[in-house]
Amino acid sequence: MTAAPQTTPSRTARPEFVEESEFARPWVTIVHNDPVNLMSYVTWVFQQLFGYPKDKAELLMLDVHHKGKAVVSAGARERMEYDASRLHSYGLWATVDKQ
Amino acid sequence: MTLFKRRGAVCIATLQEDEVKVLRKVAEEVVGLLTEGFDHTDPVVGRLFPDVYPGAPRESAEFRRFTEGDLKTGKIDHAGAILAALPEEGSGEVRLDAEAAQAWLRALNDARLALGIRLEISDDTVLELELDRALAEDPHSARVFQLSVYSYLGYLQDSLLTAYTA
Repeated sequence: MTAAPQTTPSRTARPEFVEESEFARPWVTIVHNDPVNLMSYVTWVFQQLFGYPKDKAELLMLDVHHKGKAVVSAGARERMEYDASRLHSYGLWATVDKQ
Repeated sequence: MTLFKRRGAVCIATLQEDEVKVLRKVAEEVVGLLTEGFDHTDPVVGRLFPDVYPGAPRESAEFRRFTEGDLKTGKIDHAGAILAALPEEGSGEVRLDAEAAQAWLRALNDARLALGIRLEISDDTVLELELDRALAEDPHSARVFQLSVYSYLGYLQDSLLTAYTA
């Protein structure tokens, strides 16, 4: 799946255009389920890091728990790496991927 | 077993001597793991510092190069917050302000992750059954002790989280 292009495609495809569209593709931070972390703790971490209200954080936690993983944030790559490192600092198993 | 209670902005628990000893040992082991014992091939280190790009070791290593130092320092500080709050000897009261409570929650989690890897805890693990099995095999084994500690840390973390977020 890819996002809708932000700009009209240039007729002459220059290499830097390819790089640009590649860069604009949204990245995601994924949290994976693990057998150790307490559900209450994971919910609390989502509240802490993303400022979610408890019910939203809980739904996200359940998503991770039942599906094995869930997207917790999307955006620029650097931002996702930042989110992943913050999640690691709380002991959550987070990875970064392209949407 | 001990429960944390919240009084104003502080979470308080009175720990028994055994609990103080276990928490000190566990926090020291985490610090050891992150300092002189630091080894990227250790699965515990792999879990605490996971590959951010699975299947892309070079990109993961690049990310690690920029983030690992801070991440490690943070984790050592959190474990240090446990050591700092424990009574020097015997039993005693632990009083945690918001910052200390957060550090404890994170350090207890790291300790549980480390033990969880060593004990090979999986989604299918039922802790009580695992403990019964280990007791039947050898009541004095290291596994019985570690399973009990793992179970205790989960209980304590949940109790602190409940008190802290009350």
